[in-house]
Amino acid sequence: MAIFRLVIRRLLSSTPLLFMVSALTFVLVSLVPGDPARTIVGQHATEEQYRTVRGQLGLDEPLPVQYWHWLVRVFHGDLASSLFSGEPVTSVLNNRLPVSISLIVAGTVVSGILGVALGLLSARRGGFLVRIVDGLSLIGLAVPAFWLALVLIAVLAVQLRWFPVTGYVPFADDPAQWARSLVLPVMSLSVGAVAIIAKQTRDSVLDTSTRDFIRVMQANGFSPRSILYRHVLRNAALPVVTVLGVVLVSLLSAAVFVETVFAMPGLGSLTQQATIQHDIPLIQGAVLYITVLVVLVNLLVDLAYGRLDPRVRAA
Amino acid sequence: MSTAAKRPGLLARVVRRPSGAAAIGWLVLLTAATAGASFTAPRGPLEQDLGHVLAGPSGGHLLGTDNLGRDLLSRLLFGGRSTLLAVAESLLVYLVIGTVLGLASGYLGGWVDWLVTRTADLMFALPGIIIVLVVLSVFPGNLHAAMITFGVLGSPGLIRILRSQTLGIREELYVAAAKVAGLTRSQILRRHVLPRMTSMVIVQAALFSAIVVTIQAGLGFLGLGAQPPDPSWGGLVADASQNIDRDPWMLVPAGIPLVITVIALGLLGDAIRDAAIEGWSVSKMAAPPGRTVPAPRSAEDAVAPVEGSIEPDARALLSVRNLSVEIGGIPVVQGVSFDVMAGETLGVVGESGCGKSVTALGVLGLVPGGGRVAGGQVVFDGVDLAGSPAELARVRGSGIAYVSQEPMVALDPTFPVGRQLAEAVRRHSRADRRTTRAAAHRRVIELLTMVNIPDPEAVAGRYPHQLSGGMAQRVAIALALAGDPKLLIADEPTTALDVTVQAEILTLLRGLQAETGMAVLIVTHDWGVVADLCHRSVVMYAGQVVEQADVESMFTLPLHPYTAGLLAANPHLAGGGEPLPTIPGTVPAPRDWPQGCRFAARCSRVTDACAAAPVALTRPVPDRLTRCVHSQQLLVEGTPR
Amino acid sequence: MTPQTILDIQDLTVEFRQGRRTAPFRAVDSVSLTIAAGETVGLVGESGSGKSTIGRAVLGLNPVRSGRIHFEGADITSARPGVRRELSARLQVVFQDPYSSLNPARTIGRTLAEPLLVHRKIGAAETAERVTEMLARVGMPADTANRYPGQFSGGQRQRIAIARALMLSPRLVICDEPVSALDLSIQAQVMNLLADLQSELSLSYLFIAHDLPVVRHLSHRIVVLYRGQVMESGPADDVYADPVHPYTQALLAAVPEPDPRVQRARRADKEAAGATVLSTQPPAATGCAFAHRCPHAIDICHSLRPELLPVPGGEASGGGRTAACHRAADLHPLTVPAHSGITGEEVPCSGNE
Repeated sequence: MAIFRLVIRRLLSSTPLLFMVSALTFVLVSLVPGDPARTIVGQHATEEQYRTVRGQLGLDEPLPVQYWHWLVRVFHGDLASSLFSGEPVTSVLNNRLPVSISLIVAGTVVSGILGVALGLLSARRGGFLVRIVDGLSLIGLAVPAFWLALVLIAVLAVQLRWFPVTGYVPFADDPAQWARSLVLPVMSLSVGAVAIIAKQTRDSVLDTSTRDFIRVMQANGFSPRSILYRHVLRNAALPVVTVLGVVLVSLLSAAVFVETVFAMPGLGSLTQQATIQHDIPLIQGAVLYITVLVVLVNLLVDLAYGRLDPRVRAA
Repeated sequence: MSTAAKRPGLLARVVRRPSGAAAIGWLVLLTAATAGASFTAPRGPLEQDLGHVLAGPSGGHLLGTDNLGRDLLSRLLFGGRSTLLAVAESLLVYLVIGTVLGLASGYLGGWVDWLVTRTADLMFALPGIIIVLVVLSVFPGNLHAAMITFGVLGSPGLIRILRSQTLGIREELYVAAAKVAGLTRSQILRRHVLPRMTSMVIVQAALFSAIVVTIQAGLGFLGLGAQPPDPSWGGLVADASQNIDRDPWMLVPAGIPLVITVIALGLLGDAIRDAAIEGWSVSKMAAPPGRTVPAPRSAEDAVAPVEGSIEPDARALLSVRNLSVEIGGIPVVQGVSFDVMAGETLGVVGESGCGKSVTALGVLGLVPGGGRVAGGQVVFDGVDLAGSPAELARVRGSGIAYVSQEPMVALDPTFPVGRQLAEAVRRHSRADRRTTRAAAHRRVIELLTMVNIPDPEAVAGRYPHQLSGGMAQRVAIALALAGDPKLLIADEPTTALDVTVQAEILTLLRGLQAETGMAVLIVTHDWGVVADLCHRSVVMYAGQVVEQADVESMFTLPLHPYTAGLLAANPHLAGGGEPLPTIPGTVPAPRDWPQGCRFAARCSRVTDACAAAPVALTRPVPDRLTRCVHSQQLLVEGTPR
Repeated sequence: MTPQTILDIQDLTVEFRQGRRTAPFRAVDSVSLTIAAGETVGLVGESGSGKSTIGRAVLGLNPVRSGRIHFEGADITSARPGVRRELSARLQVVFQDPYSSLNPARTIGRTLAEPLLVHRKIGAAETAERVTEMLARVGMPADTANRYPGQFSGGQRQRIAIARALMLSPRLVICDEPVSALDLSIQAQVMNLLADLQSELSLSYLFIAHDLPVVRHLSHRIVVLYRGQVMESGPADDVYADPVHPYTQALLAAVPEPDPRVQRARRADKEAAGATVLSTQPPAATGCAFAHRCPHAIDICHSLRPELLPVPGGEASGGGRTAACHRAADLHPLTVPAHSGITGEEVPCSGNE
């Protein structure tokens, strides 16, 4: 029950984010030079025709009222239609959503597992693994995902032909090909994330290992396995979870590039195309979807945090 | 003193580091070459050489050409201009918003802080690139708008960092002292807050620039930056991607400069951070120039043992002989020997830096700070533990248990205390490996009752942060008792507690000892604790034992000037109004230990003999040891207290 | 109020807000005390007693909920920044933590010159001279001025902090646990320094500490605090030798005597007297703050807060003694102190000589 209350409270506290983002995009869009009503009626229309169209579009009302109307429509699941294809924005986005979710979930799982494992190993073993993690984190942060993706394509797809150059196979069509089509995108997406998570894991494991209660446990004969896996890891997990949340959000950004490079029909590549085509309703919808994803990620992080730290739970 | 000389500036200190110098070198070169591209580039950015299309590196085209035969080096240099401009725009916005709001939020607090942090948190949660795309869809092709937006979106990172730094500094006592000194808010900000921030801001600026470089290239790659045929770094990568199957080489000149630049900015950030700290954190340990540090001698040379004490005492429960401990290659404890008899309480007394805690932890093989036991024997119950991980693992908790100084951090904050106790109980119940949950719980309650905790059932379910300091220390003692130890090592167990709570814990320890018959080795700096609990005590100074005796003899007739001085300096014993007898000077750091008597520099009885050679422990009277050349004299005179 | 009263605190109450829903935490609860010129008043109490909060309130570092603070006759309870700036020449502070009280990134010289900045427009040479003079006075070499705090030990830093407080020749120095973080031998050095400076410069001290022997050694008068309230006050030696309030008695009894024989005797007495009250209950808001832990508490102690009143017969021991205890009179017949028989005060407290 406490968990349920926490979820509700967190969701409520994230509504400002949704409002801010939607209001921001709405205001930005209203700044678009040119008058849509004028564009629709054309150069030779009468003033009366122009006014009618303006009224139909709701453009004669003040901005807050326009925003309110837009919000009401959004709550009814109406995000208008794409200017380019004429399709309803919601259906376009719903078609694209699974692709992005596949990519990001796979990226998170891979970078989470690899990052934590690598960080833990380098904390335990030291030596050359430390240098590998350091080097990896320097490169992982410096190499842009889109360039890395191209290098991977050039080597692993074009030269070695291990993976398809581009494209995405839906899971329902062929799970094996789905997985194969995801390998290169997930790799390009995860290198930076692995680096960040590994470094944070190592730092926080090393930091936790020197804390007083760990020494007390060692001195009082707790088993080394239990000290590492129950006590050190659990305490070290707190900052790692925070970083994981930040990484997840950054994966949403990186997905724009990766999806574009691999020509994957996801939200990211959609946003890129919509930007080039100035498809405003589509952009608004995509931003709204992505913001909801961010809210969900933050909720998950908060829940994990509360689960790990009794002091947060009490607060 | 050379330390008084003017220190090199921040830039000089950064350049002195190889990574800093390389990073600055690359960035300066790049900035100059791209800004002056009209002079430095071998060709025009649009000049086509259709004879050499998609060519590799050659004399004519150092980095090769693209699909239209344009020189890639020239396009890189000209394309870098838009990168520079983008970094400048974003950085300016980032710095202005970040510093102003970060400082205001941290220093002013109140509603300003509330508003700024809430907004910053919201913005921090946004995927920046998506918002930039919205801006670009509204202002097509307007990279300036995009980069300024990105600066705004990045600023919450700086705001957060500066806010927490400012908050931290605002709480520092030197700021309180400055307020008391009458400095105005802006004076405090200028003198105490801002100087600590500048290096931090520069570091963040370098890291943010790295991100801007990547993002600007990314936008160019997505076709949202400079429009063809104008060159940009991202555009070059896009061109390369078009020809990836025909000419993968093009990826290299298109991407590598970008990667190097980002790495350089990252390294620069690290170098500035390190150099900034180096400026003032000159360690006290650093030896002044012109003075050589004596090479660490082996423990054997340093100590001429008293006859008979070289062999571990077979009757003792714990017999430590010639224990030496090193931290970072520097000896911090040398040739320490003492015995603890079964059921006895031994006090280890001294000031901080004398090696008391390190000795106690050395017995358990747990030297902090990456140190190690460098030599000697630690014989417990007839078995030498030193250098034997297997024996240590067997003895810890069940033979020797440990209680630490700070009870509030001695327990895992993420588990209820009952579960931590149960883990210890299960670990140590050797008789039946599978102690049931219920049996373990019964034992936990029993342990909590032993340490006089009211309502043990309720306390077992609490987390450490829900306990008071005294309560937490009781739980920590219960944890130590879980394995029925024969010896309890207590490292300043009451130092962090209030005096009335200390009295309760001391009473508890006494009671437990009477009940269980365990021996106690207590590390303390408080003579009152020694007088209250101990049968015998060992006084340590600068990593050595300087005196050992039963407490009554030690209090009435100390046989080492350090013991005598330390006893006399206690305000408890001095008459009001009289100046306290003091020991001049301070305990020397391990690197400054002299060859001869380590206390000589502070001693009122010092003679030439003291500094000449290491002083051996002697036994002027039966059952007492002292490390003083004047011990016979002290014995005759009776040291005044 | 005598003419030479330096500091006069009347009914000082300090509260801290803790969240929107919970009631504010009262750290200091109607505390009154005065300090005369050249006098040291010791403020003793355990953690949470509000002793440091009182010092910070005098310095204007904590907001005051109610009550009045007069310094040299002027009301400084909520002095404006300008007044505070002027005040800083006469009212100074030495903090407990010598590591946090000096800015690690500034040289000692610049730190010491800081107070001069505000008050006197004097030249660099004169400033340097004053810094050197002050450093010499606290026993530090002249080249200290060019160094950073990181190069000094805790005791040396505390000397430097004292030098900073004395740069403008103040009348009153708030010493907030100035020796608590120091080792025994260093603590004695700094205590002697404070005592010497007091007699040389005729300073007054508000000496805040948790260590009774330390406070007694330096103070003329002692004020004992518990949970923000004054339990007892009086001349240092009298309070120490013959405490009236059960809390003061408990506090004194808890300090182990650094002499094995004396301590053994005290422990035997204590064990004979029975276990102390171990309570997990918070005290009743209406009664005496110590009632829940007091072995002598009766009904009225839980229901009515005792006033701070002159101790009956206190004049016999020099006067000026007060205590806030309903049972002060019947528990403590001052004429026959040896028979108080609660915590074993018959043992001489100042050693065995």
